Amino acid sequence: MTGRLETALRARIDGGGKCLVPYITGGYPGWVESIRACAANGADAVEIGIPFSDPVMDGPIIQQASQVSLDAGTTPISILQEVRTLDVGIPLAVMCYYNTVFHAGEKRFASDLAAAGVSAAIIPDLPLEESTDWTAAADAAGIETVMLAAPTAPDERLPRVTERARGFVYSVGLLGVTGERTSLAGTATALAARVKKVTEKPVLVGVGVSNAEQAVEASRVADGVIMGASVVRRMIEGGPDAVGAYVREVREALDSTAW
Amino acid sequence: MSIMVTPGADGRFGEFGGRFVPETLIPACQELEAAFNDAWADPSFRKELDEVLHEYAGRPSNITECHNLSEQLGIRLILKREDLNHTGSHKINNVIGQTLLAKRMGKKRIVAETGAGQHGVASATAAALMGLDCKVYMGAVDVARQELNVFRMKLLGSDVEAVISGSQTLKDAVNEAMRDWVATVESTHYCLGSVMGPHPYPYMVRQFHRVIGDEAYAQCNDLLGTNPDVVVACVGGGSNAMGIFSGFIDTSARLIGVEPAGGAAVGRGQPGVVHGMKSYLMQDEYGQVQEAHSISAGLDYPGVGPEHSYLASIGRTEYPTVTDDEVINAFQVMSRAEGIIPALECAHAMAWIIREAHTMKGKTVLMNLSGRGDKDVGQMMGILDGLK
Repeated sequence: MTGRLETALRARIDGGGKCLVPYITGGYPGWVESIRACAANGADAVEIGIPFSDPVMDGPIIQQASQVSLDAGTTPISILQEVRTLDVGIPLAVMCYYNTVFHAGEKRFASDLAAAGVSAAIIPDLPLEESTDWTAAADAAGIETVMLAAPTAPDERLPRVTERARGFVYSVGLLGVTGERTSLAGTATALAARVKKVTEKPVLVGVGVSNAEQAVEASRVADGVIMGASVVRRMIEGGPDAVGAYVREVREALDSTAW
Repeated sequence: MSIMVTPGADGRFGEFGGRFVPETLIPACQELEAAFNDAWADPSFRKELDEVLHEYAGRPSNITECHNLSEQLGIRLILKREDLNHTGSHKINNVIGQTLLAKRMGKKRIVAETGAGQHGVASATAAALMGLDCKVYMGAVDVARQELNVFRMKLLGSDVEAVISGSQTLKDAVNEAMRDWVATVESTHYCLGSVMGPHPYPYMVRQFHRVIGDEAYAQCNDLLGTNPDVVVACVGGGSNAMGIFSGFIDTSARLIGVEPAGGAAVGRGQPGVVHGMKSYLMQDEYGQVQEAHSISAGLDYPGVGPEHSYLASIGRTEYPTVTDDEVINAFQVMSRAEGIIPALECAHAMAWIIREAHTMKGKTVLMNLSGRGDKDVGQMMGILDGLK
């Protein structure tokens, strides 16, 4: 059965468009309004980060936002309580590190997500080989588990990763952690093309997609983009209004390109 | 049959261990696992490793019978002298092994994390010897506590980066080293400094350190004609302890890993996942990793190697704690009684022995003196001045 996230992304793709999924650090001041601003300005889904003490896949901007959020007392439970009250009309995914899941218990965490109205989960430190317990719990609760495909993956590995992916395949844009870069890495489109060859599922490029121009460039090969640090920086510097204006700018750039 | 586990492809010691890393690092971990297994089975690699450990690092290290402390404590105390190795601690065993392996794999650069600086200095030393570029990540708090070691690493030609994220100690240095590795994995080997991290690190690092236990087993046999009754080592990540435990795991000896009271992963933690492994971990009710607090930068780590978690879970090893005050006392007692200034890390093991000696009257106790205390004298001078 196709889940809500994949259904929403497919609708965009089938309509000839490209998908835009902004990332917002949960619990950062203004995060709820920022999610609303994303939804109101053309995002197809929003990825909500649950802050973790040791975020090894994140660069300085998202680390900083996570720390501010943790210092303010954010917990996975406080985030899900607020998410439950959000009615933004687009699917929501959470991004969290595996200890948050493991500590809560896989089944409990999956059912907590479902109860809060979350559609999907992205767990960047849970690779394919370690994912069995979680994916069993997630599948049972109707949570779509997005899998990451990395530039270092050999050809034989990619089909196994995409086979297990639900919602979409997260094609990692570069060798490195989240953060803004001056140009799109060559690996971004190269990997997206390799992933597209082995799956019919939506393929979105994330990590290092830093502005509207790069979003368009990545989407020439992929079905769309996830944008993290560039969105969070605007939330830090300008709050929800700046997030909304930025999402609108990227949406318009994607919509005005002939694919 | 040995209790020692040789993990399979899933990297497990019982339920602990594994490989919880971003997808980007999976091929690198697999490549490292294959390269290590290949090298470890290759007599020419083992011969080269043994030669470098002998000619460069000074192995085998002695054992020393502590007559004065033995008399004071009513036990027979023997030290395994890893403090006499080149660079002053056991850490050299692992970095010689890993840098030889990195060269064999064609890597040009290593990254390392360090707490007290012992592993950082050892890595910088081996990198200089092997002609590799080296970058060491060190928490900003530790950079301040261990400025001489920072200078040593720079003198040896390494870059040292002060890590300002999180608690600015060892766990954050590991995070930053992993972030570097994610970005540079094709040219770089991550020279992890303890029996922790994703598979194959806990297994590989233990194999590189088991020389400590294998030597000590033979040396004790020569001296005593039997095994010691108790084997004691300090535990942060747990590499020196796994090294010496390896030689005695299939004997009747009690195996004691001493943790700092403020960093008792096994004693007070719960199973969790961080830094690529499932192991005991100090964490809050939501799974956020807690900061460790110890007088010793090298033990300021909220987790522990997964093999320790496994051995604790089957009851083969024990993990008591000691306080900073007990450590400060032990540091001075050992210095005065034996003319040996221990690293603050090993002073934890000594502190436990001093406290528990009355329960071990007449027993033979082998302690791994994993490092010398020269790096700690500045810090101790400040502490002891403050106590006056």
